[in-house]
Amino acid sequence: MINLVWLVPFLPLLGFLVNGLGRRFLSKSLVGFVGSGTVLAAFVISVLMFLEAKAPGFTPQVVTLFDFITVGTLHIPFAFQVDQLSALFLLVITGVGTLIHIYSTSYMHEESDESFARYFAYLNLFVFSMLILVLGANYVMMFIGWEGVGLCSYLLIGFWFKNPSYNNAAKKAFVMNRIGDLGFLLGIFFMIMQFGTVTFPEVFAKAAPLGINNPTLVAIAMLMFVGAMGKSAQIPLYTWLPDAMAGPTPVSALIHAATMVTAGIYMIARSNVIYTLAPSIQTVIAVIGVATALFAASIALKQNDIKKVLAYSTVSQLGYMFLALGVGAYSAAVFHVMTHAFFKALLFLGSGSVIHAMGGEQDIRKMGGLKKFMPTTHWTFLVGCLAIAGIPGFSGFFSKDEILANAFANNPVLYVLGLLGALMTAFYMFRLYFITFSGKFRGTHDQEHHLHESPAAMTLPLIILALLSVFGGYVGLPEVFGVKNFLATYLEPIFAQSAPFATAHHLSHSTEWLLMGISSALVIVMILLARGKFAAYEETGKENTGLAKVLENKWYIDELYDAIIVKPLYELARFFRDVVEKAGIDKLVNGIGSGVQWGGQKIRLVQNGQVGFYIFAMVIGMIVLFVIGFLL
Amino acid sequence: MPVQYYIFLSIALFCIGVMGVLMRRNAIIIFMCVELMLNAVNLLMVAFSKMWADAGKIDAGGAQLFVFFIMVVAAAEVAVGLAIITMVYRNTHSVDINILNRLKN
Repeated sequence: MINLVWLVPFLPLLGFLVNGLGRRFLSKSLVGFVGSGTVLAAFVISVLMFLEAKAPGFTPQVVTLFDFITVGTLHIPFAFQVDQLSALFLLVITGVGTLIHIYSTSYMHEESDESFARYFAYLNLFVFSMLILVLGANYVMMFIGWEGVGLCSYLLIGFWFKNPSYNNAAKKAFVMNRIGDLGFLLGIFFMIMQFGTVTFPEVFAKAAPLGINNPTLVAIAMLMFVGAMGKSAQIPLYTWLPDAMAGPTPVSALIHAATMVTAGIYMIARSNVIYTLAPSIQTVIAVIGVATALFAASIALKQNDIKKVLAYSTVSQLGYMFLALGVGAYSAAVFHVMTHAFFKALLFLGSGSVIHAMGGEQDIRKMGGLKKFMPTTHWTFLVGCLAIAGIPGFSGFFSKDEILANAFANNPVLYVLGLLGALMTAFYMFRLYFITFSGKFRGTHDQEHHLHESPAAMTLPLIILALLSVFGGYVGLPEVFGVKNFLATYLEPIFAQSAPFATAHHLSHSTEWLLMGISSALVIVMILLARGKFAAYEETGKENTGLAKVLENKWYIDELYDAIIVKPLYELARFFRDVVEKAGIDKLVNGIGSGVQWGGQKIRLVQNGQVGFYIFAMVIGMIVLFVIGFLL
Repeated sequence: MPVQYYIFLSIALFCIGVMGVLMRRNAIIIFMCVELMLNAVNLLMVAFSKMWADAGKIDAGGAQLFVFFIMVVAAAEVAVGLAIITMVYRNTHSVDINILNRLKN
């Protein structure tokens, strides 16, 4: 079965080719069928491979397709690696991806035939790139996928390319990702320089003897983390992700939930040996993670665009994952990636369902009372909110609790900050929930008339994701419940190599119960607080002041970037265009041309037709030549 | 006779030739002055040839052969040049080079 692993990325690629090339003559139903079908088939194969990888004693298998790059002593094969980590990611990507594809067939139905096919082609290509990213058996392969998702996110965010502001959002995502990618690329170059290889086992084998905090490893770890910052939207490279909401909602769901933004977490979890050996960078990761978690959560408190709230919540949740990576709890990070994929996809698709019903309206202040119009969306959305808020029993609770417990074991300050973020998460998610679904309807009369539950192709994925959001957490049931943590045990071989270098922290079970109790109780308090404040929300039209205004404007970070980076760059570019290019280079080049022309005009007069003058010139020339010959 | 005499005579002849070419306007005289320069050089060659041969350094024939070669070339050139001048005269009734500027540019 493992030998067929190439089929997993190949099928979406096939879907991309069919839909992309046949976009002018394929019907919508055929396009939808090809688009979703190829990913579904990839999912089925992934399940089979996951079952194989789950078996005890499974060793990572590398399937080499062909020799990709051979330069001197450096060999980079085009190979896929199937192990516990990649099998799990395959499952999440293709699984959630399939649901989003199916959902899209209905959500995007109003597009023209050609746009519809183009959309599915991009979506397939996105899944293909992400699969290459997680399947690649070396860092170069990973980088190919890494760039691939970057390109596809650009294409998809700017899908409605006739709108200039959407194009700008796409460009912003692309450029910010490039900044991060440069870091990753330099990391790979550094790795090639130091180790002469990019294949995972060889790199780890050569890294391990270097010892803790070796400068080379620290540099590689930091450079690669810059890449992760860009892709996974961490401070300071996070501003592209909320803007990425310009794309169609299922795209947001795909980017935010299963693919792209989790690439950074995957990369660091994959490179756990390098990071464990560089504890100083781990500290950086933990601090940036927790800072991002808090910062983005604070912004989400005051956003009024339904998708923006979710976007900042993603940034914040990614911060949690980096916190987990930073404290060395790699399996907790992967666990949260998984549960987050479920509930964030659910929330985004739910918001898509709401937007669909509202006829494109995204401002939650103009919604309200949607509970009775769209029951399925309402219930599944509620499940998503409960899961992300971390209510005991839902998937988000287990993964977030594991992260917080690990943070506590590492450093109580990280725990307190993380908990604060979790409380904000509960508050803003239920603010969103109550404003949208309870109270009375605040939109226009037309919209109210139009309100309807979405078709089955949209609600079915919602229901499946809701079930996953509830039960997905049970694969990582912590040991305090008296069972073996399945996920941690499953992933153990991946992190085995770094385990000897990690400083182990162990919490007593009573501490863990206590932490769980505290966070659960506080989360419930936050939800009740949000209920009291927003259950009967009325739009006052009053402008926010003070801190609320700052939060509503996202701490003015975009403006800050604009002032300190974008504007100076524009000025620099203008300087180069006007002064260096036009006044310098152009003047020089044109000057040489016109100088020659002028000279020619003048020298032409020498040919005056006077034989005597010609002879004179000849004699003078001869004399000059004689003199030169004599002097030299 | 020392070779210097020949050299001075040759320089004098050459300079007269150069001046004639530069200053005269009659094409035929310019032609003759060119011949004068050629002959100045020929004289020099014969003189040097004789000098080296007397000193027993080299075979004397080489430079003298060149003299004949130059004479042949000059004769050929004169044949073409005089023909051109004749044609020019037929068309313009003048051999003044200052009016022969039709080919300019």
